[in-house]
Amino acid sequence: MKPFLAFVKKEIYHILRDRRTLLILFGMPIIQVLIFGYAVTNEFRGASIAVLDQAQDELSTDLQRHLVASGHFAIIEQVDNVSDIESAFQKGKIKMAVVIPPDFSQDFYHRKKAVVQVLSDGSDPNTASTLLNYVTNMVNQFQVRKSQAPPLPLQINIESRLVYNPELKSVYMFVPGVTALILMLVSAMMTALTLAKEKELGTMELLLVSPLHPFLIIVGKVTPYVFLALINAIFILALGVFVFGVPIKGSLLLLLGLCLLFILTALALGILISTKTDTQQAAMLTSLMMLMMPTMLLSGFIFPVESMPRLLQWISTIIPAKYFIILLKDVMLKGSGIELILWEVMVLGIMTLFFLVVSLKNFKIRLA
Amino acid sequence: MQTLITTHNLTKRFGDFTAVDAISFEVGKGEIFGFLGANGAGKTTAMRMLTGLSHPTSGEASVAGFDVYRQPEMIKRHIGYMSQKFSLYEDLTILENLRFFGGVYGLSRRQIKEKSAALVEQLGLEEVAKKLTGSLPLGWKQKLAFSLALFHDPQIVFLDEPTGGVDPITRRQFWEMIYAAADRGVTVFVTTHYMDEAEYCDRISIMVDGKIAALDSPAGIKTKLGVQSMNDAFYQLARGAQRSE
Repeated sequence: MKPFLAFVKKEIYHILRDRRTLLILFGMPIIQVLIFGYAVTNEFRGASIAVLDQAQDELSTDLQRHLVASGHFAIIEQVDNVSDIESAFQKGKIKMAVVIPPDFSQDFYHRKKAVVQVLSDGSDPNTASTLLNYVTNMVNQFQVRKSQAPPLPLQINIESRLVYNPELKSVYMFVPGVTALILMLVSAMMTALTLAKEKELGTMELLLVSPLHPFLIIVGKVTPYVFLALINAIFILALGVFVFGVPIKGSLLLLLGLCLLFILTALALGILISTKTDTQQAAMLTSLMMLMMPTMLLSGFIFPVESMPRLLQWISTIIPAKYFIILLKDVMLKGSGIELILWEVMVLGIMTLFFLVVSLKNFKIRLA
Repeated sequence: MQTLITTHNLTKRFGDFTAVDAISFEVGKGEIFGFLGANGAGKTTAMRMLTGLSHPTSGEASVAGFDVYRQPEMIKRHIGYMSQKFSLYEDLTILENLRFFGGVYGLSRRQIKEKSAALVEQLGLEEVAKKLTGSLPLGWKQKLAFSLALFHDPQIVFLDEPTGGVDPITRRQFWEMIYAAADRGVTVFVTTHYMDEAEYCDRISIMVDGKIAALDSPAGIKTKLGVQSMNDAFYQLARGAQRSE
């Protein structure tokens, strides 16, 4: 036990004395949460649009007022002809343009059918489709309000309610995603780096000729990171709850247990990477390519797994973060208990065991 | 004389490459045993087998009375090791390094404290004991690393090219430390590239292509080969080598 404690103590000195480590450990989580919470969002407030109002009558003015009243749009330019729209798009001043034709109210009141043209910037498809959705909804509302026709005697109304995230807040998505990303970073990358560092400096040899069992060397190196990662997880969740108002409906203890499980998965991956690389640089690049990118792109954090091509969907099934994000969302937003999430917990557990066994095997082979 | 290292036909193969080819030798207590050879001759592999870092393919070896196959853990308790790469933690202070390695070898808190104090005084490091090791000049680091390898009173100390990159004066001082350790009965197993250092050893073995080409006292080897200097002796033996790096 005593050699082990001496080891952990030494590891803590390393962490506290390395600026880069400290920055990644404590700076990254704050920056990530704030970036994803505030900057990266699918909601739009005051998107810049231009209007080409060829009708210039009461109804067209009313429609413009209706669009602005929602808060989603800000009309920054009234243009006189179509070519001005083109140039506004090219200068990047506007995200969308609305064209109201000359005989707008005529068509609406008398022919019962009016047309409004909406142009949006397809070079940014996500924004374009979100804005189009907004505009469609609002024009529909406008039309219902303006048509004095009595409601149809028989009609089916859709009354929708979005359960678990009624306001469609994107931060509900990002907090679980960022948690997964940070835990991956802290546990896997930092572990791979710290083990590679010992190899690079030649101190690993020294440890291996000491009476410390190789297994103990690994455990001693990763133990401080388990605690640091757990602290980070608590910190991110607290930011999510207190700053962004993300609920935790399920058991807090279960949530932390799941974090610990995922930390172990990530540590096992980090150890595996370190057995395959000899320098810190290689370990860093491998972690970024093999762990960070898939965690960002294929876990369902940013792009929904369901909308990926079949091949990427298959690949996503071996990304541990995918299961962790599902677990976090289930427990935080839906309040699921352990009995409802057994499958994902099992998958993560089996992955962890697999990575551990493979990396210990690798470690032994290197010794021989 | 008590023998502390015994090998008999010790062999290590990697695939169909025989890195170490049936070497046999004995090293006695308190002896300074030099292990010479060109790069790729198999010195490091042989040393790794004796320190429990690598399993032999065949042959027998015992270190400090323990078998390399069955009791590698016991061997590790009784040997010290210092490698050609600087082997201390530069972001730890001298005292923290001592405490760490003392702890790893299971010394008690009191032992660590007493030994640290003695070591710091002996090396004249009082002023810098609480400074980060990385700030020390290379020569001091090497001396400190050597002292650290002896910190837990091992019976044998393995030195892998310990004086690489060190100035001649520090090298001289380093060898004085080696002599002092040998006088206390510590067996020293040292690999080196420097032929003048080979002269300091009690006995040396010269490895060529994984085999031991010569094994005797420096004077004995020179006489046998009819050459004036260790340099010539080494050159004559290593010239026939088939493999290099």
